This record gives sequence, C-alpha cells and structure tokens, in this order.
Amino acid sequence: MENILTINNLTKKFGALTAVKNLSFTIKKGNVYGILGPNGSGKSTTLGIVLNVVNKTSGDFTWFDGNTSTHEALKKVGAIIERPNFYPYMTASQNLKLVCQIKGVSGAKIDEKLELVGLLDRKDSKFRTFSLGMKQRLAIASALLNDPEILILDEPTNGLDPQGIHQIREIIKKIAARGTTILLASHLLDEVEKVCSHVVIIRQGVKLYAGRVDEMNASHGFFELKSNQNSILKKWLSENQKFKNYKEEEDKIIAFLAHELDAESLNQQLFKEGVVLTHLVKRKESLEEQFLQLTGNQK
Amino acid sequence: MLRLLNIEFQKLRYNKAAKVITITYFILFTFIALIASIEFNFLGARFRIADQGIFNFPYIWHFNTYIAALAKLFLAIVIVSMMANEYSYRTLKQNLIDGLSKKEFIGSKFIIVIVFALASTLFLSIVSMILGLSFSDYNEFGIITTDLEYILAYFIKLTGFFSFCMFLGVFVKRSAFALGFLFIWWLFENIVYALLKFQIFKGTDVAEKVSQFFPLESMDNLISEPFSRLNFIQSAANQLGEGFDKDYSIHWYQILIVIIWTIIFVYLSYALLKKRDL
Repeated sequence: MENILTINNLTKKFGALTAVKNLSFTIKKGNVYGILGPNGSGKSTTLGIVLNVVNKTSGDFTWFDGNTSTHEALKKVGAIIERPNFYPYMTASQNLKLVCQIKGVSGAKIDEKLELVGLLDRKDSKFRTFSLGMKQRLAIASALLNDPEILILDEPTNGLDPQGIHQIREIIKKIAARGTTILLASHLLDEVEKVCSHVVIIRQGVKLYAGRVDEMNASHGFFELKSNQNSILKKWLSENQKFKNYKEEEDKIIAFLAHELDAESLNQQLFKEGVVLTHLVKRKESLEEQFLQLTGNQK
Repeated sequence: MLRLLNIEFQKLRYNKAAKVITITYFILFTFIALIASIEFNFLGARFRIADQGIFNFPYIWHFNTYIAALAKLFLAIVIVSMMANEYSYRTLKQNLIDGLSKKEFIGSKFIIVIVFALASTLFLSIVSMILGLSFSDYNEFGIITTDLEYILAYFIKLTGFFSFCMFLGVFVKRSAFALGFLFIWWLFENIVYALLKFQIFKGTDVAEKVSQFFPLESMDNLISEPFSRLNFIQSAANQLGEGFDKDYSIHWYQILIVIIWTIIFVYLSYALLKKRDL
C-alpha cells in the first residue's frame, strides 16, 4: 500500500521541554487514523512539524514516499489545525478563492465544497460574521478544495456545541466514506472510536501504541457480576484459570478474563456451583478504558 | 510570480482600510498640483508658488520626488499592517499549511513592496511631467531629461523604506507596535547622530560619514531637501550673507547603501520567518 506520510524519530524541543520524543509512525493510503493523547501530549506539535509551520529539532518526515518537497506535498493535503484561520474581512467564497490560488487549483469546486458543508447560502457573508461552528465547517470546505490525498484535522470539534459536533462528525464520515485518507487528532476518545480504523496514542511526546483500533487491547473483555452468594463467587473466580483477576466495585464484581469465555457457559458453570447470579453482563473495554490503561501504566 | 501577485492582490483588494489609505495616498500626489494654483497676498505683493520656479525642469524632479516621499508613511501603514495582520489573523500559518512556502510568502510581500514603489514612481513621473509642461520656463527635451536620476532615487528610496516596514511587520507582529518601533528607530538614529556630532566627534564630519550608513538616514540622504536650491531663497540668503554651499546630487554609493539595506531587510524577514515556530 502507498505511504502518504512517514515519520522517523521525530523530536521537537521547546527549550528544556521535549514536546515530541523520537516519534515514528506511518500513514498509509485509504485508512482513517486517529492521533490520541491528552492535552499537551504533542499531537498538535507533531502535526505542526509535518505541515511546515513548526521547525523540528531532529528526525525527519517524508510525504508521499519523499518524491516532493514539503510545500509542494502540502498542496495535495487538506489540513485544519486548531481554530479556523481566515481573513475576517473577506467573504466565505473570497477566502476559498484565495486558498485555491495558493494551492494552484481552479476555483470551480468552491460551490460544490460549500454545499458539502452546508454553507452555500452563506457564501457571500463575511467570515467575521460566522459562528464558530460555521467557521470550522468553512475550514473543512477549504481543506477539501483540492480533493486532497489526505485530510488532516486537529481537534475539529473543539469548542463546538453538540449540534456543531454532530454536523462536523457527519461531514467527516461522509468524507471517509469516499475513501479519503483522514488523520484526526483528538483528545476525545469516542470521537476517535467512532471514526477511526487506526490509532496512534501519544503521551508526553512518546508513542504508546500504533495500530488498529480493534487490536489495541488483546483482552477478552470482562464480566460484571452480582449475586447473593458473593463469597462463593469470589472463591470460585480466584480459583478459575479463565479469569485473570477480579475487583469489587460498589455491589458488583468485575471479573477480567484471561481466556475466551461466553456469558452462557459462565452462567451454567456458576449455577452448577450453586451460585445464582442476579446480574450478568459481558463487556469489552471501551477505548476510553483501554486508553486509560495504556496511559496510566506508564506513570 | 504572477500567482504570488494574484494571491497578494486578492488579500489587499477586499481590505477596506488598505484600500482607503492607498487611494488617499495617490490623491495626495495630485495635491502637489494644487500648490500651483495657490496664490496669496504677501505684503501687498501677489505671490504664486508656481511662479517661483519650483515647477521648472529639471528642478521639478528634485522638488516633487522630495515632497512626494513625505507621503510614503501612508503606504508604510498599509505594508506594516499587511504583514502584521497575517500574524494576528493567524492566516500566515494557514497559508503555509495550504502549500505556500516561506520563501514564496516573503516573495509575495516583496512583490507588493515593489509594486507600491513602482506605482508611486510612475504616478509621480506623470504628475511631474504634466506640471512641468504646464508651468516650466524651459521645455527643451535636453533640459527635461536632465536630473532624471531623482526618479530612480525615489524608487530605490521607497523600496528600501517599504522593505524596512515589511521587516518590522514580521519582527514585531503587531501593526501599531511596528509603527511605534519605526518611530523609535528614527529617534534612535537621530540621537546617535547627535551624540556623534556634538559629543564624540565634535567639529569633524565623522558623524555624517557614519550616519550615512544608518538605514533611515541613508534613505533620507538619497534626496536632500530642495528648498535651499530655489532661486529666491538663494538670493535671499546671499543678501543676508549666508550663501549655501550644498551638494544636491545623488551619488552611486548612496544608492548602493539603500539597495544593500533592502536586501538585508528582505533576507532578515525570511530568516526570521524560517526560524520561528508558528
């Protein structure tokens, strides 16, 4: 598969602070990637470096297998980072016209892209009259003007109201469905979980995980159990090979699986032991729990 | 080249403030012509400035370039805010992300500097030509084409000054502060000059020799004040026993100094932009 972006041992220091430390990962064509990390973990700095606005300290990165210079490559990239930046005194379509001139593409697609983000009826309004949600949508339209090979979005829903968040996510899904490669940086786990197929997790500038979202944690999930015979239940759990460990949370027992086991057979086995369950739920860790496990382990 | 010019033109075209200031600037030029029609009574004698020889060829080239250069501050505001706005709107970052290289960015701004300087020069030449042809006592071709180096000096002077403004815009990032800095720099040059002249090298011409290399001073030196060159002022001075003995001409090394400053300012703007994390 074609590599769109390759990052090799990238490091960025701001004085004594190391924002990004020996970061390496590869973005391949056609996938939807998430860069996940708490605030201040180096996500935006990493994107800033590959987008030519932040100078790297060491390491390197190449776009499109290194066949073009960075600023030429950026003409094939659509990116919005942090908040949307446009000329406030120009209208939506004038701003997009300018972006077309910079990217060296014709202005023919301006209306089409404004339509996509639902701003066509406001195309002649000045940018400064827009709400944050509209500004963000205009930024997405602008990033799409050149039908980019990859769309980079840095916290696209930051600061938006629920309706705005929903609109942006719908747009992202629409774009992803067309097969555009997307790189989405976010600290919102459900956002990444809902949209991305691959994820890179960064904490304090260090990569913790890179790979498919569904392979992130090899665990077999866990059971939430309730019973009136808790002491027998706990004894049974601690002796059973299929369970790693368990913990008590309020009145529930959370039992973590070491091997595959389905809810039906667990219920049968426990019943044979004389334990009657009043509550039985099998769950997989959500991305949030996996994320907290991953980032928490390193402390 | 054309792409960069288009990009900058698109940015300036819709900026109301920039448009108003630019138009005002060019209208001011035509006001030089108005001086011609001013006629006032001076101790009972009717007195018209245009008749005092200020619009005589070739003196008009000197006089008009000097007067017109005073208005350069208008365009300086446009250029400083053109640079500083890119920072305050954070559009510089967006431009770079969209695929403009830092070199192209500075290049596009420098093109505007050249365009402003060139437009001013052209406009001024036309206005001077018209005024000269209407009021000058001498209209021979040979006389008209004398002293045309003032036009070249004017162009170099504006390019240098606007490049300085461009650099200040990049350096300070805020238009008001950048203009303030310009003023402070002007004060600084004058204070250093005064110190050299009246304290350190008293009674010698070392101060002039050193200060001609200062950026603003070197631009000022290109076109020296034309008033003491006027006939009626010279004769008045002679009567008072205060003859002027001044060098009004433009020297190649003066032009060279300003060109070198221009290169330094453009390069510094680029180096600064390259070094900065946005």
